[in-house]
Amino acid sequence: MKPAKSITPIFIFSILLLIIVLSFTCNYATADEKEQVIQITAKRFEYSPNNITLKKGVPVVLEFTSLDRLHGFYCPGLGIRSDIFPDKKTRLRFTPDKAGTFPFHCDNFCGSGHEGMTGTITVTE
Amino acid sequence: MNIDRREFLKLTGIGSVVFVTGLGSLGHVKDASAAKYDDFFFVQLSDSHWGFTGPAVNPDSAGTLKKTVAAVNDLKNQPDFIMFTGDLTHVTDDEAVRRKRLSEFRDIISQLKVKNIRFMPGEHDAGLDEGKAFQEFFGKTHYSFDYKGVHFIVLDNVSDPTSSIGETQLRWLGEDLKQLNKDARIVVFTHRPLFDLYPDWDWYTRDGIKAIEMLMPYPNVTVFYGHIHQEHHYKTGHIAHHAAKGLMFPLPAPGSVPKKQPIKWDTAMPYKGLGFRGVNAEVKKVKYDVTEFSVKGEKL
Repeated sequence: MKPAKSITPIFIFSILLLIIVLSFTCNYATADEKEQVIQITAKRFEYSPNNITLKKGVPVVLEFTSLDRLHGFYCPGLGIRSDIFPDKKTRLRFTPDKAGTFPFHCDNFCGSGHEGMTGTITVTE
Repeated sequence: MNIDRREFLKLTGIGSVVFVTGLGSLGHVKDASAAKYDDFFFVQLSDSHWGFTGPAVNPDSAGTLKKTVAAVNDLKNQPDFIMFTGDLTHVTDDEAVRRKRLSEFRDIISQLKVKNIRFMPGEHDAGLDEGKAFQEFFGKTHYSFDYKGVHFIVLDNVSDPTSSIGETQLRWLGEDLKQLNKDARIVVFTHRPLFDLYPDWDWYTRDGIKAIEMLMPYPNVTVFYGHIHQEHHYKTGHIAHHAAKGLMFPLPAPGSVPKKQPIKWDTAMPYKGLGFRGVNAEVKKVKYDVTEFSVKGEKL
């Protein structure tokens, strides 16, 4: 039986090479598809901005803050939702995978104008 | 000794549905005379939004509920009971005004001849204070009761502002259902649809699917709800869901227009799209003949 130590240098070299290749690949991908960050404020009974344009396949972070009370963000067409709290930022990270216009609305009942607290996300090709 | 339901029926000679509620012992049997099969008739009223003002959609906002009360009182066959499926009042941020509206609503419907009236809240009544004011006037927001062999379950999917039933109430539902035989006749009342009718317009219940899944093992389940201010019929598996018209303003069909807004008053056809529902329960056939009425009490 051959001693294991004769294989070890080749094995270590292979691992190092793999790490270098993967590292290069990942850096390249991140640079190409850098996350877009969009800050959205919510207050009774509106979002600002309430019309958001995104690009298909580009990762995005929606960063929510409420200026008054608990609100919600629900976009059924894109399958994303989040609570929006008055005392902290809430981040919703996703990558739009289809083009189109998708309405969103507040899904935490917030008062007399709740049903009009809406907006749209437009995803372009 | 535990006696199963069929054995109990033989013992009592009723030969029909008797609910054994507690743990299956005779000590928990409900009043047999009230629990046997029998046809009956009830009325569903919904979304009266008392306190709403908007002449463009209802110039008779202060009169529509009163006209409806008169129309129900004029029905030739008075209902066995009346069920209000939420949004009794229109939402207000002012807690004093909320109570005033609930009080005025209670005064108006006290003119109904039928005194067996059941209530549940909509999000306009209960969404801002988790049902506190509603409960002061009308009691519990979720409960169950039995009537002539049918088990009625009132589910609250509005007091939680996230439009959810919630784990606590779902556990209660599970316990309530456990008491029933699989062939029990079950009617569920909710405000919001339990299924995803049109989520873009907030027409769903966030955890409604959990309730539906719990009801699925029971072959005789029918759901009556409000919220969408129009007649609508849908089935999730064998469970039928029937939405009722509202009594203040109609809303457009799901997804039929870009933005959900009340439909404007039609001067040529006043009260168009408003009305109430009569349900004739032929319990033996598990059939519900639904009749739609205008606020003047005319069959539509």
